[in-house]
Amino acid sequence: MATKEIKPNDPMIDPATGEYRVIAQGETFRSITEKIARIVLTPHTPMGWFGLFTIAGGGATMLLVALTWLFLKGVGIWAITQPVAWGFAIINFVWWIGIGHAGTLISAILLLFKQGWRNAISRFAEAMTIFAVCCAGLFPLIHVGRPWLGYWLFPLPFTMTVWPQFRSPLMWDVFAVSTYATISVVFWYIGMVPDLGTLRDKSQSKIAQYFYGIISVGWRGSVRHWMRYETASLLLAGLATPLVLSVHTVISFDFAVAVLPGWHTTIFPPYFVAGAIYSGFAMVLTLAIPLRKFYHLEALVTERHIDNMGKVMLATGFIVAYGYGMEAFMAWYSANHWEAFTFWNRAFGPMGWSYWVLITCNLAIPLTTLWSRKLRTNISFMFLMSIIVNTGMWFERFVIVVTSLTRDFLPSSWGTYRATKWDYMTFVGTLGFFTFLFLLFVRFLPMIPMNEIRMLLPGAKIKPKVAEAAD
Amino acid sequence: MPAREGTYGLLAEFDTPGDLVRAARQAHDDGWRRMDCYTPYPVEEAAEAIGFHRNKVPLLTLIGGLMGGAAMFALETWISTLAYPLNIAGRPTYSWPAFVVPAYEWTILWAGLSAGFGMLALNGLPSLYHPVFNAPNFRDGATTDKFFLCLEALDPKFDLAETKAYLQKFGPTSVVEVDY
Repeated sequence: MATKEIKPNDPMIDPATGEYRVIAQGETFRSITEKIARIVLTPHTPMGWFGLFTIAGGGATMLLVALTWLFLKGVGIWAITQPVAWGFAIINFVWWIGIGHAGTLISAILLLFKQGWRNAISRFAEAMTIFAVCCAGLFPLIHVGRPWLGYWLFPLPFTMTVWPQFRSPLMWDVFAVSTYATISVVFWYIGMVPDLGTLRDKSQSKIAQYFYGIISVGWRGSVRHWMRYETASLLLAGLATPLVLSVHTVISFDFAVAVLPGWHTTIFPPYFVAGAIYSGFAMVLTLAIPLRKFYHLEALVTERHIDNMGKVMLATGFIVAYGYGMEAFMAWYSANHWEAFTFWNRAFGPMGWSYWVLITCNLAIPLTTLWSRKLRTNISFMFLMSIIVNTGMWFERFVIVVTSLTRDFLPSSWGTYRATKWDYMTFVGTLGFFTFLFLLFVRFLPMIPMNEIRMLLPGAKIKPKVAEAAD
Repeated sequence: MPAREGTYGLLAEFDTPGDLVRAARQAHDDGWRRMDCYTPYPVEEAAEAIGFHRNKVPLLTLIGGLMGGAAMFALETWISTLAYPLNIAGRPTYSWPAFVVPAYEWTILWAGLSAGFGMLALNGLPSLYHPVFNAPNFRDGATTDKFFLCLEALDPKFDLAETKAYLQKFGPTSVVEVDY
């Protein structure tokens, strides 16, 4: 049994299954409520939170500076020019959206598959989705050059009577991403309403009672409400599932519909979706590991979660590997001169180093080590792995966008790409902004869904009267 | 809700979901209809015990989704053929396969909004006031770890003293009177 290989007397391992427990033993309805509500309702914000908040706030301020300069000077401050008209803005957009996808996967797809272990991590994964989509949505908006005209993207009856062109994947993107953002917020908020009711009832201060009282819309836990709520959650999950798959598919169309070698391939939609989930799970780990440590939530976010996320990363990592393999195979099998050159240029051209960074970070390191359960339940290793995969996935988008654009059909129009400090500031700024929003979330909203955790507890089982007396 | 006075109902508190479900099932079998259970997490058995089997959220979602999809497809068709026809590489102005993608997204958008907000509307939320909040033990338990059965005064079988005795038979932790 796998149990014996690790720690034979670990109380976190269920002797019946040999698996790590989803939730520690001995927790009750009240104890988990206290554990989660305390983080939000405490009058004493931990100093560490303030420290991180300051750093993240600095990052967000840097973003503000970079954007202000961008609005004053225009997109010329970035490295984008001909032939690389899509630089960091698109790389970061795709990267951030991809990160968001794991949140929806955890909250929607795993809900439909009745994966009880997802409950503890679903709320903050969903929050991660929303904040990642905020960061992602920023990039196309600032990339258009005149962001104050961004509303032209929507079919609105304004005085010029100009309407959008619906045959373009870029237009589909507007609808895919805006729908994704809206549905994610609705799903997240609806899921939070009962927990906000708990916070309203637990809070001691008048301000908190008013605040949570209003945003919990008067939730009182009537079973009639609960049944409609459960139906709505399942329906939202069922809707978010095709949505999340469509969003990255549509984003991959932005590339695949173009005729550029290296972009014009049919493997893009599944490979983009798998890559998105791969990097998204890595980001969930990047957030979950420090959070459970900092807020002492080891009983709720257990080794089981880390282990399972490692497995999902392994599976999606292999789909991504298949995508890379197919690209290489098609470069040869298509017998297309341009495709073959693009592949050669990606791996051995002047920017070949970026391809090997991506192969190392996305395939070589994770796909060899994540097989080991010992490593998958090693918290520091998994944290490191999450950073490596996120780096790798960022480079994947870099390789797709930059290497294809720098050298297309005509050697006379070849160019190069070197990001400017404003590019870097904007990217690092969104990392700060994301952390900033996430810290506000963990401070003011319940980061673990209490009502869903309660359903996992042994006390939630309805036993016949006789069995109860025997207990 | 019109302003009312007097008793809203009697609220019995239970420690386990099993006790609540047994009490609710018995009360429903005894002919009680104006009743509700309050639990800190969804207890399907309790809903079935009080005779609540189906709800209208799926219907609303279906209608919302169909309307969203149809609206977007119609808008795209109108824009591309009448309002602002553009010749994009000689493609037909009515390029319906391309219109499917935004219409698909809007189907999901409006279905999701109908599911979320339709659920709140059917639940009568937001409603920041409700008589059960007046019960002294309700807010400490209903959203944490206690299970409540409320028999409401609007039920024709309701009689303050008799109903109280009736509820006591189920062995609740407490039975309290809830005022409007």
